[in-house]
Amino acid sequence: MAILDQTACQMRDALRRRDLTAADAAEASLAAIERLDPTVAAFVATDACAVRRRAAEIDARLDAGGPVGLLAGVPVAVKDNMCTADGLPTSCGSRILDGWRAPYNAHVVERLLAADAVIVGKTNMDEFAMGSSTEHSCFGPTHNPWDTATVPGGSSGGSAAAVAARMVPLALGSDTGGSIRQPGSLCGVVGMKPTYGRVSRYGLVAFASSLDQIGPLARTVGDAALLLQAVAGHDARDSTSVNEPVPDYLAVLDEPVAPLRIGVPKEFFTEGLDPEVERLVREAIGVYERLGAKLVEIDLPHATDYAIATYYIVAPSEASSNLARYDGVHYGYRAPEHADMIDMYMRSRSEGFGDEVKRRIMLGTFALSSGYYDAYYKKALRVRRLVRRDFDEAFEKVDCIMGPTSATPAFPLGERLENPLAMYLSDLFTVGANMAAIAGISIPCGFTGAGLPVGLQILTGVFTEDRLLRISRMYERQTDWTSRRPAICEASA
Amino acid sequence: MSAPDLITTIGMEVHLHLATRTKMFCPCEVRYDAPPNSCVCPVCLGMPGVLPVMNGRAVELAVRMAIGLGCTIPAFAKWDRKHYYYPDLPKNYQISEYDEPLGLGGHLDVELDGETFRVGITRVHLEEDAGKLMHAEDGSNVSVVDLNRTGTPLLEVVSEPDIQSAAQARAYGEALRQLAVYLGVGHCNMQLGQMRFEPNISLKIGDGPDGSGGQPRYTPITEIKNLNSFRSVERACAFEIARHRDEFAADPAGYTLENQGKSTRGWNDDRGVSFLMRSKEEAHDYRYFPEPDLVPFVPAPEWVDKIRADMPETPSQKRYKLVTTYRLSPYEVDVLVSDPDLSDFSEEVLRNAQDSSTAAGLIMTEGLRFVNERDKPISKLFKPGDVAAVSDMIFSGEISRSVAPHVFVQLVETGKSAADIVRDENLAQTSDEGELERVVDEVIRENPGPAQDFAEGKDKAVGRLIGMAKQKTGGKANPNVVREILIRKLRG
Amino acid sequence: MGLSKREVLHVAHLGRIHLADDEVEKFADQLSTIVDYVNQLSELDTEGVEPLAHALPIHNVLRPDEPRPGLSTDQALGGAPDAADGFFRVPRVIDDGSSA
Repeated sequence: MAILDQTACQMRDALRRRDLTAADAAEASLAAIERLDPTVAAFVATDACAVRRRAAEIDARLDAGGPVGLLAGVPVAVKDNMCTADGLPTSCGSRILDGWRAPYNAHVVERLLAADAVIVGKTNMDEFAMGSSTEHSCFGPTHNPWDTATVPGGSSGGSAAAVAARMVPLALGSDTGGSIRQPGSLCGVVGMKPTYGRVSRYGLVAFASSLDQIGPLARTVGDAALLLQAVAGHDARDSTSVNEPVPDYLAVLDEPVAPLRIGVPKEFFTEGLDPEVERLVREAIGVYERLGAKLVEIDLPHATDYAIATYYIVAPSEASSNLARYDGVHYGYRAPEHADMIDMYMRSRSEGFGDEVKRRIMLGTFALSSGYYDAYYKKALRVRRLVRRDFDEAFEKVDCIMGPTSATPAFPLGERLENPLAMYLSDLFTVGANMAAIAGISIPCGFTGAGLPVGLQILTGVFTEDRLLRISRMYERQTDWTSRRPAICEASA
Repeated sequence: MSAPDLITTIGMEVHLHLATRTKMFCPCEVRYDAPPNSCVCPVCLGMPGVLPVMNGRAVELAVRMAIGLGCTIPAFAKWDRKHYYYPDLPKNYQISEYDEPLGLGGHLDVELDGETFRVGITRVHLEEDAGKLMHAEDGSNVSVVDLNRTGTPLLEVVSEPDIQSAAQARAYGEALRQLAVYLGVGHCNMQLGQMRFEPNISLKIGDGPDGSGGQPRYTPITEIKNLNSFRSVERACAFEIARHRDEFAADPAGYTLENQGKSTRGWNDDRGVSFLMRSKEEAHDYRYFPEPDLVPFVPAPEWVDKIRADMPETPSQKRYKLVTTYRLSPYEVDVLVSDPDLSDFSEEVLRNAQDSSTAAGLIMTEGLRFVNERDKPISKLFKPGDVAAVSDMIFSGEISRSVAPHVFVQLVETGKSAADIVRDENLAQTSDEGELERVVDEVIRENPGPAQDFAEGKDKAVGRLIGMAKQKTGGKANPNVVREILIRKLRG
Repeated sequence: MGLSKREVLHVAHLGRIHLADDEVEKFADQLSTIVDYVNQLSELDTEGVEPLAHALPIHNVLRPDEPRPGLSTDQALGGAPDAADGFFRVPRVIDDGSSA
């Protein structure tokens, strides 16, 4: 089997057995990037020399038989909103951070390095993670490997596409309103948003601090578990990081959850849902039923439309604040021409940010501004509690909730660019989990007639990632979707 | 109809740096003497993706101050972001406590000219300081930014508008400083900018002699920003009060809070004038909202009780003790409690001295002279036992009060004990009657005029005669013994 | 209700974003559509519902007051668009007292 057709778990075992070298794994990854990325545009920065050095160093340690980390020698990609101290820039798809080099590593990057992973490069994203198509990037759009005329989803579209196109087995993404799960669904890979607080946000460039959460993108559930294992856990530098033990996800992965009660919210099967998506998702739920699961119809009255409305107040409000620091003073882009200090701020930000970021800054500034705070921001926080209650009540009756991740498969590039609201509604089924801080995953559940992948979303309560992974694995064992390869991989492999 | 009375009302916002080693939200050291931008890290520089973490010590000190001001400590306090763009504020928001601060509703009793007035405390909250923005010295059209101060833990104490004069404003500021220093909450070094004042001044327009009658009206509130000395607080308040009076006299109908609202003014200390910075129309929209990167602070009642139990003595407690136990005068107490080191030292001396008045006098004259000259705390210059010993030797007549300055010099210079100095230098007064009788006889013989005067009942003459006796004994003649001998010999 | 051009200019200024004339109209339209959508929240009765600002019930995360080394001055200024002599440099600021 070609190196990159192996799962991360298989590669890891092969590396330990010395059937595979980190150097070969790295070379395979670099070669795939060189071959495919001109088409896919998943990566915004790679450093082949550094990758080779690092792989050689890990090989030396593997050869010496010394202790190595969980991901020793496995190539991993990192979304470009996670700070990397050595060599690679961190730009969040934004001109305003063009060329900026962080003098520190994000917590997750430290953890990857401690796990002896080989960080291959930084992946493309919607600017500051604001978007659902990876088209809002100063580096240009990423293309969906299954159909390069369509979007990979977003904002972690670069990471999802890199995994789907088998350039790397693992990638980190971040999910604020669906930014891991939705591209996971559109690219036919596993994408998981852990519980808020499960993975430290230190060094993750903030979009909406109360919603952002880092998680894995991988081809299989087991690989997602492996990557989550490497990065989860408490970090004293993030006050919202939770000091709870991290279970051994891989050890329990193949234990089915039984009995299993699945909540099926009618709000997730609405008018706008693509019929093919609906059919595939219902078939997937049917697989669980055949495994003995019990389906329970539930209500999540606030978890879709109201959650989106809430999300588009809370997230832009926090973003307008988090992005105030990009002002051309201490780092990043400064407009060359300016009349005075205020003009310098305004021009630097105007030239440095793209339109979507500007829209959200203005929207958030509006929601927080004098006279509107109570009607918008505070109101949204109240509704956020109602969303949370919906899920709390549901999880008293069921073990998990299932539905589509995205109402549609991958849509054509440009289709939603001029209609921000249509783009925002791409997150209809995913934002609820961010509002409620719970864990969620998207796993591949089939392909449309046009050959585009579709994802099944599964949600469980806070800090139940182990159960979420086990439930996901139950389906994965019954199906074969993860072995499909996009045509672009076949053509040149 | 005569002009209405105008009653001064001043509320103060006081900022002070807490006495922590590190900054509020990052482990950078707080330093005042470091080269620019050398005590900084990604967190206080506001770099992308980094996160704040509360300094536990800062929270503890802030709660201690709140307790010292008699505030209630709410069961829940949270952080908020306050937004404004300024180059000394790297995130372009300041982390502060907006609507749920850690201390609410206290008061401070302040002494001024022997009278006590009470100032209500609205709230006490924690925030982070900004950096420093300066104009470049090279004459270019550039400002420069130093972020060492950015993130320094800053305590804000907001008072009710209970202050009624410029002198009270100053006294309030001094009392607050004294409290903070006593409680170990802040060093409050004014030169280092560790304490800053922002008085909000308005005059209540009365239409009766007591300012009552009808709805209260006020002159427009002016807030004076960033005063950094007690003198400037007093001068700026006095200037503003006078300015309000003038403005009101010129336009009694128009110069009201209703019509003109609030404005912000700066203070030019060199010229002694205030100047307009911005008026209400340009007021900022700070867009406060709960800081999502920090979790709320929910103090356990036992934790608050522990801080309460471990509270250092406050200045008013110390003052009360010195007055009731040692019967000192209000002036003496004012001086001795002005600083916690001095007050602890004084208390130790007073506890061991036979006479409080003698001991307090020694500390205030001889002791404080060295404190001022050497710029050192009194406890680093003297031992309380030595000062008590000197006091007792004076009180018992063993030495003369006049040799005290010399003994104090020797205490500082030699490090010897007071008893050793008196013995080694033979400074004890002579009370030996036989020797003194011989001396008195000589004095009477050599000064027949004064001796005659004294014999005839002129008491004043005794001073001269005692002085002569001391001269002959090198200052060691005990004046009381000399007086008794003179009385016996000349009036007996 | 939507956002007027004046309101858009106001929030753009608060957020320190310069807008060209033609952008004002475009953003006013787009933002109005979004604001109309989020206005559906006003349908919900949230009387007595406590706002949810923090997703998890964590509190009192405190750090010991122990200094740790930060960045060197060179690192601190390394990404600055304009710096010299250990300082960040900006266009001259006339002090309007914004500083808290």
